[in-house]
Amino acid sequence: MFGWEFPPHITGGLGTACLGLTKGLLNNDVEVIFVIPKVYGDETKEINLVNASDVRIDIHNKIHEDHWKNISYIEVDSILVPYSTPEQFYRILNEQQQCGEHTYENIYSLKYNFSGKYGENLMEEVARYALVATEIAQKQQFDVIHAHDWLTYPAAIAAKNASNKPLIVHVHATEFDRSGEHVNQNVYDIERRGMHEADKIITVSNFTRQIVIDRYNIHPDKVVTVHNAVDLYKNQKDSTQEKYVREKIVTFMGRVTFQKGPDYFVEAAYKVLQKDKNVRFVMAGSGDMLNKMIKRVAELRISKYFHFTGFLKGGDVNRMFAISDVYVMPSVSEPFGISPLEAMRSNVPVVISKQSGVSEVLHHALKVDFWDIDAMADSIYGLLHYNALSKMFISMGKSEVESLKWDNSAHRVKEIYLEVTANKEEL
Amino acid sequence: MRAICFYFQVHQPFRLRNYHFFDIGKNHDYFDEFQNNYIINRVAEKCYLPTNQLMLDLIHEYGSSFKISYSISGTALDQFEMYAPKVLESFRQLAQSGCVEFISETYSHSLSALKSKTEFHNQIMAHRKRVKDLLGVETKTFRNTELIYSDVIGEMVAELGFSTMLTEGAKHVLGWKSPNYVYCNAINPKLKLLLKNFRLSDDIAFRFSQESWESWPLTTEKFVDWLNNIDQSEEVVNLFMDYETFGEHQWAETGIFNFMRALPGQVFSHSNFSFKTPHEVSTECQPVAAIHVPTPISWADEERDLTAWLGNDLQDDAFDNLYELKEKVRQIDDFQIQVDWRYLQTSDHFYYMCTKWFSDGDVHKYFNPYGTPYDAFINYMNVLSDFIIRVNNKYIEHQIVTKSEEKKPEKKNQKSIKTRQA
Repeated sequence: MFGWEFPPHITGGLGTACLGLTKGLLNNDVEVIFVIPKVYGDETKEINLVNASDVRIDIHNKIHEDHWKNISYIEVDSILVPYSTPEQFYRILNEQQQCGEHTYENIYSLKYNFSGKYGENLMEEVARYALVATEIAQKQQFDVIHAHDWLTYPAAIAAKNASNKPLIVHVHATEFDRSGEHVNQNVYDIERRGMHEADKIITVSNFTRQIVIDRYNIHPDKVVTVHNAVDLYKNQKDSTQEKYVREKIVTFMGRVTFQKGPDYFVEAAYKVLQKDKNVRFVMAGSGDMLNKMIKRVAELRISKYFHFTGFLKGGDVNRMFAISDVYVMPSVSEPFGISPLEAMRSNVPVVISKQSGVSEVLHHALKVDFWDIDAMADSIYGLLHYNALSKMFISMGKSEVESLKWDNSAHRVKEIYLEVTANKEEL
Repeated sequence: MRAICFYFQVHQPFRLRNYHFFDIGKNHDYFDEFQNNYIINRVAEKCYLPTNQLMLDLIHEYGSSFKISYSISGTALDQFEMYAPKVLESFRQLAQSGCVEFISETYSHSLSALKSKTEFHNQIMAHRKRVKDLLGVETKTFRNTELIYSDVIGEMVAELGFSTMLTEGAKHVLGWKSPNYVYCNAINPKLKLLLKNFRLSDDIAFRFSQESWESWPLTTEKFVDWLNNIDQSEEVVNLFMDYETFGEHQWAETGIFNFMRALPGQVFSHSNFSFKTPHEVSTECQPVAAIHVPTPISWADEERDLTAWLGNDLQDDAFDNLYELKEKVRQIDDFQIQVDWRYLQTSDHFYYMCTKWFSDGDVHKYFNPYGTPYDAFINYMNVLSDFIIRVNNKYIEHQIVTKSEEKKPEKKNQKSIKTRQA
């Protein structure tokens, strides 16, 4: 399996998803060799990883040590840094240092990322990763190559060529999610090539599957949706968390960027506040649209009821969920979107946009179009005022989330593995 | 004899600490004690103490012919008392010399004149009392925060019995007229106005160390030459500036202290100017005309208007949210709420939210503890949100108490009726 990042050093949902899926596969008796480029030097201390490239070693995760008996963790010495400017790099590095294992930043979702000087370097690194992959593929014993998102596709293709084993690419996000219509041609080309070389494509939602089919010209039979899941053991609701404000709290958490639709949240907040001043809205996160949002909130004269927390670190994320009464994810384009699941697990009812993968698996969430601020305001108001509704959503939502297990998703992935290996043998 | 009128503004705000959303409703400690303490002591070392000593020396040297004036904001006085009592002591010495006039302003260096006459008056009276208590002098002259002035503000000031007020000699208000005369308020002519000669004032306050300026380096000879070039009929040159000019904005290395030390001697030996306090100027000179200022002016930036503090959405929303509380705060008798209410009104908080980054951007940045106006706004609004909760809670308590007090006399009356019947 080729990945880009692995907990605890993650910048987004991808690392968490890779971890969840890998563990699920282990539980399904699938042996996994996980290859990642070395991004941060301090990674080794936290997960007890020996600092060397091209060396096959076991991960000693203290809590889940037994889970890891069948996994190999291979580190590739590289300076891969997927950020377009040094400032952005330091910002995210800082955030990462602050946030530990819990974050909503997603490296793949930064807009207009891979252009300019750093973009050229990045492409070099991606190519270099592919070279290393060839070597790894020749040394290791495996049956299937599984690659997570475009940065790993060249490596995975190289591994496929070296080993002649079936290739599965796993699409967590596409260039169209990250950049809207202004796609980076290089990235798109790599994505497209990876998808065409693949024997099977796994997408995290039907929403993303449709993009893969329409935008990358892939035959529908080749694309399978396997929804993400959530880990049950972490992020338990901190019931002791005290709330110091009387009003109910409606929360937006995530990067304040175009993709996440923060502007629709502000407009919906304004609508709710016209009916009910007994609410506080919180925008937790930072991003290139933050200043614009602050200005808009002041312009609407609602800053008394609308708070900005900046980027929240690990503990504060749980704290924020614990004092929230409604969670809103108004994303314009979200391949999956794991944060509503985390909110629901903390007993917070959610309003999510229909333009998100997670809306396909959730029944007990209010779903609105991201642009429909009236419907969004209605949903928020309803969850705040009609207790029957919010109570039902809380209890049903929680059990719904708990049923979304990685073991189940991994089981689907295992079936796909068996299918592609069988096909390969027939040939 | 013509006069030079020196006036120095001494002001320090209570800077807010980094106040997070999670603090709202829980933590009522708003001010950054460490930073405030540090800054007061740094400025005291670099400016207040050495400059006060310089002024005392000059007074000793020239006796009553050297005169100056100050206004010290209430927030600065409070912080001197808390963090740097030595500074207070040296101002006391200046007050006792008899050559220094202390001027009234709003207690918290606030923009209350623009929002509420009652609050404006209350703050002036509170400041006046504080100056009397700490320095032992009565104030006779008024200057508003950042020299903000309009016809209406002047009228409110006159109502309190002040006969003199200082403001900016703004070009767009004066037109062809010279700032070097005494003028009067357009509504109440009894209030005399002294207008800042911004060219000569800024030559010292801003341009003194500016090497790209054609007159750099500024010497007392040059400066007195300029004074002598002023038409003989013009009566007073008002040199108004931040006191922090000495040693803080212009470092000691620039020679600013030497300049000030040498200036009186040069004036006495090479010109027919004398030094007078604002009150003396106003008593001795008759106003030549009324000045019409329908919209407020200030001494800030190129525009000499209010846009450094108010005008963008961040500033206006924060400002309105703050002053919405004024009626409730007035009714609540709670010491800590009154203190916080005053400190939160300090104009600097709104200055930090300014988004003008053009000709005066550098000046703004110099005074700004925040990285961006947005950070300033968020932090201020977080604090204000907590303050609003506290005010509302206290106000509810207050209403319950007043209601029960209203009921009590009725019961007493009933009783007394009963006793009478009995």
